[in-house]
Amino acid sequence: MTDISQLSKTASQVRRDIVRMVYGAQSGHPGGPLGAADLLTALYFKVMKHNADNFSMEGSGEDLFFLSNGHLSAGWYSVLARSGYFDVKELATFRKIDSRLQGHPATEEGLPGVRVASGSLGQGLSVANGAALSKKLNNDPRLVYCLMGDGELQEGQVWEAAMFAAGRQIDNLIGIIDYNGQQIDGPVNEIMPLGDLKAKWLAFGWQVLEMNGNIMAEVIETLAKAQSLCGQKQPVMILMHSEMGYGVDYMMGTHEWHGKPPNEELFDRAMAQLAETLGDY
Amino acid sequence: MKEYTYSEKKDTRSGFGAGLLELGRQNPDVVGLCADLTGSMVMTHFKKEFPDRFFQVGIAEANMMGIAAGLATGGKIPFTGTFANFSTGRVYDQIRQSIAYSEKNVKICASHAGITLGEDGATHQMLEDIGMMRMLPGMTVIVPCDHNQTRAATLAIADHHGPVYLRFGRPKVPNFTNPDEKFQIGKAIVLNEGSDVSIFATGHMVWEALEAGKELFAKGITAEIINVHTIKPLDETAVIHSVQKTACVVTAEEHQVYGGLGDTIAQVLARKHPAPMELVAVNDRFGESGKPAELMKKYGLTASDIVTAANKVLSRKKSNGK
Repeated sequence: MTDISQLSKTASQVRRDIVRMVYGAQSGHPGGPLGAADLLTALYFKVMKHNADNFSMEGSGEDLFFLSNGHLSAGWYSVLARSGYFDVKELATFRKIDSRLQGHPATEEGLPGVRVASGSLGQGLSVANGAALSKKLNNDPRLVYCLMGDGELQEGQVWEAAMFAAGRQIDNLIGIIDYNGQQIDGPVNEIMPLGDLKAKWLAFGWQVLEMNGNIMAEVIETLAKAQSLCGQKQPVMILMHSEMGYGVDYMMGTHEWHGKPPNEELFDRAMAQLAETLGDY
Repeated sequence: MKEYTYSEKKDTRSGFGAGLLELGRQNPDVVGLCADLTGSMVMTHFKKEFPDRFFQVGIAEANMMGIAAGLATGGKIPFTGTFANFSTGRVYDQIRQSIAYSEKNVKICASHAGITLGEDGATHQMLEDIGMMRMLPGMTVIVPCDHNQTRAATLAIADHHGPVYLRFGRPKVPNFTNPDEKFQIGKAIVLNEGSDVSIFATGHMVWEALEAGKELFAKGITAEIINVHTIKPLDETAVIHSVQKTACVVTAEEHQVYGGLGDTIAQVLARKHPAPMELVAVNDRFGESGKPAELMKKYGLTASDIVTAANKVLSRKKSNGK
């Protein structure tokens, strides 16, 4: 239980980092990463085997993570820095000139932890497929994780990748859909309904799990279950029910905070709701 | 003037297929991906000999480019194979973000480029790909001229770290280059020296340029014929060196007049050594169904079109008093 409470404390700091980064840049996407902060924390501080001190592009012998919905960059950068890929002070450069912390993740400036650029949606699962194939060719037993948005599933390429992974029995791949039901223009089911998402992934030949992405114990438990389902000739998808903006009251229950920064008053209000547990950058 | 001869006509795509098979034997990191065109791409031999390193992705080119980026992340050297239009226009954003911007070591190999695809018509006759690919930072763009050179280029790009676009075609064309000649990326090849006019050609148009050189020679004009197999990075030194001597230029390519070899050379010359210039290329229109030779004639891509262009620049050079 201490493990879970420690992870939750870390997630609180990650949420503070996200709001501070977006506020500092006066641009960016706070809502998505706040909702996915528990997952990102669980992956980087508990679930994945990874080497923050000696980042390599290939990541031989490591689990790999691909962020397909690149606009969640603030959350990813926070867990990368907090887990040791680079100095947390660098988080202050987010979205500013001459920074390695681009608005959407990029490899060009060599930011440790990032293996492919993302931001233009729908491409991450294909890349994850390739990385998973590469692990198989190299007889590397570690896994590949890929986080996508739910609105992102409107991109056709995701379904090409879904078909491929099942058809080629890529069973060292765990996909996660951030099922928060919100996208830029409004609720996903108004913009373009996803229908029965679980049935769709099952029909495509995936094993499907569901979890509440904002309850740390459930996230840990479900990821462990997903790992246990690997190696059975089917890819695994987790539908992660989450709340966009989780942890900041005025950002929850709406799509309004998908892509805008808070003003000073709202920033202070957010800071009052998110405990500083590891020290601000 | 050197006379070039050939014993047979061969398609450039089979040069790719032969090169890929050799690479498979040389380098275990080389993997092949294809989107339901294995036979057309002549990837059949690679697939047969290395089934574990060949990935059939079905008719899903966007996914193929992403998978290639992922394989490259894991240290593999992926060669993707499909037609030129599905290799570029259809997947431009996937190449841009997951491959070029992400600096992935992916080799995008495109057959059936240009109008000589023939009867399938304009939907499949990609004439904008050189432009699209050369606009991407870090992308190397290569257009070999015959079977032997395509094979050599396929071998060479595996040793080059970074994304490459390799463009070749469907028809059987004169196979005249030396099969033992090593391919040097970015190094233009002077096929014939001359002092009156520079003719820079790429791909299938290199042979047409040689034919044009013969016609011009018969009229007492010596043309310098240069095979520019690498559009990016362009061999600027070779271009300027030749034009300093000849003071007038013709370019020839099986591509739109915008964005291709002619555009690339015009940019260099405008900045560094302006000279009268004509571009032999498709003039801002889509192609149509027909036999390759008929299409080359109708769309102005023959040796005689190059001769006409050469005469134009020669007369402009003369009126400039040079």
